[in-house]
Amino acid sequence: MSMLQVSLYRYNPETDTAPYMEEFQIDTQGRDIMVLDVLHMAKERDSSLAFRRSCREGVCGSDGMNMNGKNGLACITPLSEVVKKGKLTLRPLPGLPVIRDLVVDMGLFYKQYERIQPYLQNDTPAPAIERLQSPEDRDKLDGLYECILCACCSTSCPSFWWNPEKFVGPAGLLQAYRFLADSRDEATRERLAELEDPFSVFRCRGIMNCVAVCPKGLNPTRAIGKIREMLLANAT
Amino acid sequence: MVTNITNLGRSGLSDWLLQRASAIVLALYSLFLVGYLLLNPGLDYATWSGLFAQTWMRIFSLLAFVSLAAHAWVGLWTVTTDYLKPTGIRVATQFIIILAIFVFLVWGIQVLWGA
Amino acid sequence: MSNMRSLTFDAIIIGGGGSGMRAALELAKSGKKTAVLTKVFPTRSHTVSAQGGITCAIASSDPDDDWRWHMYDTVKGGDYITDQEAAEYMCSEGPKAVFELEHMGLPFSRFDNGRIYQRPFGGQSKNFGEGGQAARTCAAADRTGHALLHTLYQNNLKNNTTFLNEWYAIDLVKNANGDVVGCIAMDIESGEVVHIKSKATVLATGGSGRIYASTTNALINTGDGIGMALRAGFPMQDMEMWQFHPTGIYGAGTLVTEGCRGEGGYLINKDGERFMERYAPNAKDLAGRDVVARSMVMEILEGRGCGEKGDHVYLKLDHLGEEVLSKRLPGIVELSKTFAHADPVKEPIPVVPTCHYMMGGVPTNVHGQAIMQDEQGNDRIVNGLFAVGEAACVSVHGANRLGGNSLLDLVVFGRAAGMFIESALNEGVDYLEASQDDIDAAMQRINRWNESSDGESVPELKRALQEIMQSDFGVFREEENMQKGVQQLAELRERIANAYLPDKSNAFNTARVEALELDNLMEVAEATAIAALDRKESRGAHSRYDYPDRDDANWLKHSMYFPLEKRLGQRDVNFAPKSVDMFEPKVRTY
Repeated sequence: MSMLQVSLYRYNPETDTAPYMEEFQIDTQGRDIMVLDVLHMAKERDSSLAFRRSCREGVCGSDGMNMNGKNGLACITPLSEVVKKGKLTLRPLPGLPVIRDLVVDMGLFYKQYERIQPYLQNDTPAPAIERLQSPEDRDKLDGLYECILCACCSTSCPSFWWNPEKFVGPAGLLQAYRFLADSRDEATRERLAELEDPFSVFRCRGIMNCVAVCPKGLNPTRAIGKIREMLLANAT
Repeated sequence: MVTNITNLGRSGLSDWLLQRASAIVLALYSLFLVGYLLLNPGLDYATWSGLFAQTWMRIFSLLAFVSLAAHAWVGLWTVTTDYLKPTGIRVATQFIIILAIFVFLVWGIQVLWGA
Repeated sequence: MSNMRSLTFDAIIIGGGGSGMRAALELAKSGKKTAVLTKVFPTRSHTVSAQGGITCAIASSDPDDDWRWHMYDTVKGGDYITDQEAAEYMCSEGPKAVFELEHMGLPFSRFDNGRIYQRPFGGQSKNFGEGGQAARTCAAADRTGHALLHTLYQNNLKNNTTFLNEWYAIDLVKNANGDVVGCIAMDIESGEVVHIKSKATVLATGGSGRIYASTTNALINTGDGIGMALRAGFPMQDMEMWQFHPTGIYGAGTLVTEGCRGEGGYLINKDGERFMERYAPNAKDLAGRDVVARSMVMEILEGRGCGEKGDHVYLKLDHLGEEVLSKRLPGIVELSKTFAHADPVKEPIPVVPTCHYMMGGVPTNVHGQAIMQDEQGNDRIVNGLFAVGEAACVSVHGANRLGGNSLLDLVVFGRAAGMFIESALNEGVDYLEASQDDIDAAMQRINRWNESSDGESVPELKRALQEIMQSDFGVFREEENMQKGVQQLAELRERIANAYLPDKSNAFNTARVEALELDNLMEVAEATAIAALDRKESRGAHSRYDYPDRDDANWLKHSMYFPLEKRLGQRDVNFAPKSVDMFEPKVRTY
């Protein structure tokens, strides 16, 4: 028996007036399982525990949560990486309204994603085959297109906490740059015009929490820097 | 595009650029003053006021004051929009900050060219 | 429940994965009032996990490539119960669909000449099997599904598709004539149950790998569309055909793409021998998936498995070098480190055949229209019901799907269904409205759970189901075990009918969703079991010890499972492509 002390954020809007922490003792049998496995064990004991999950391999972005103070994906975070002194505290992603337990309302996050027009814009009639793109141009999309919209970055960003309605946030800006960097996209000028106000991009203060937590190892801060460079080149 | 009317340059890019440009001016001005003080260990009032009697120094100082005013406004405006959520309190605070910066700027000019 | 809210659409698409969103895109562009109803946010659908690529003769890697060669591979890969008209449609329309994806922005990897990168995959050949290995799988590194799904979601945003995200479809609503006229669905966030009326209901609910204990499938792959259609009394086709992917990570079940072997990786046993050379001298590690999976199990059974228990083999990649791995297979390196604690740059990945794909599903024509049989055994269209993607059996995969053909299936037939529904709606569709009795019938199941006061728990029953399927309906099958399995499933059905949902709350009640999913798993498992027991031959992924040979005399047929009688019938395979000669069944070797 090797017991793990798990502290879970609980809130059911129908029965609870305020959120509270609930303690579970989980027997991991000494195995280095993933945090998501622990959640499944807890749910077998109390089926009312709510959390999102889908692919359980770190590509769908459903189970972003705050584990012992740091955002990440429960399904690819082994206990050895997060547990401190035999204790694991799980909370919902910070800064977004909680629907129930570990499930947050991601509406604001998605709204910021949609705002940057996350789709290729190219009005030139397409050829009968694909549009050509050199491997070098394609390489520019690496580290950008892999985003899984888990919101770990944006919800760890103080600038996003203070201005979630106005600051696009690291995830949205990473995608904004993904299209700015795409040699096939023709809307660069329009995209930049949408971003030059004092909030959308410039609220980034280079705190770099986004880089520290991204479960896919992406670097939104670098992308934001590139957007600033493009804005500057475009406007001076 | 998020619209706003209270920031300095109306554009995040110009604010951002101004913040960096003013920072450079302030850094140069600070370096100059520190260097001057180090090179003149027994500094007296006459030398000090002599320095400020020269036109180039007055212009340099004015540039530094204007930079400081702009830098302070961009910075404090950002702080107010981050932390002061009720509109009334935010606008009032911004007004007080503007007023203070204006007073300090006028006072600075008066010190440089007055008397 | 007379005060139930209702929503009305021209078309409702259940499922927000690749096929559902491709169909939705077509309909959104046409201006029809369409909604995608999905139990997870669309980019969390299982398409996101597809790795290796989308197989299609776009003639990039080989300028002489021909869709007919692709069609030949597909028919042979399916062990000749692939519908040839459907395969012809998919392979010939494929390039159009792939180029469209590229035009939408999908970040394909590239060759030096700027064209889409293609890699070799299993079962691919040039010149109808005579010209050696082909490289026909278009890839975005090893994240093609992710790139494809996000691209489709983005373009649906662009075209203002309506999404009902985190809604769960409970059951189909049929009118007095047996036409499908909508469904009952639940908004998961609020728990509200809504009647959705629609002239076209598209099942794009994906597969159901979660009927097995070990699967590469996402936790959400519970066969919801199949379950709904079976409960509504519609037949399922080829449900015994389940693909076991050769390379699931041992212990975790996570998928390792066939692209690894396409890029030059190979399987070894405990002696370090590249054993596929013995089983498939020509294609070796790139033989059909069913062939490779069986060979692996043979190695393990004959005592040449790796590890302490000798129950897996190794996938060797280290000889490819760090550069190839980080450029072409970056996701695999990540997954292997996380789930196998093995860095493929230095050491092999422990792998084992793992349930991966459901070849069977709702029988459809190439327009996605669901098909049933009349009393004489003739095909009849089910009015109002469509199926696309893995939930459908159109059937381009026959008894065994080729790698890279599922993503193509999604976009080609999602698109085709969208186009067909648009024109059908333009011509005018008028079905009888559902009566209160019809709606009550579709509400029965959720009412049962909501009223349950005592009984076994959902996770317990799910585990029991998965264990039965894993032990009796795996890679190799045999009469006695399957009979026992069918019997156990019948008992399990009784237990599930009396199971208990303790949490009756409304807001984001995932326990209720899991209970409803369990019913669907049960339907799929039973259809699979009965079909597997009754198909007395070995073909493609369906391999029996007691009937080791293919029996074309009796079984060059689709199986049709009829849920009301729990009976297995047959349906003719289509051997009539429109523009090419049909491919005669031959002995299938690689």
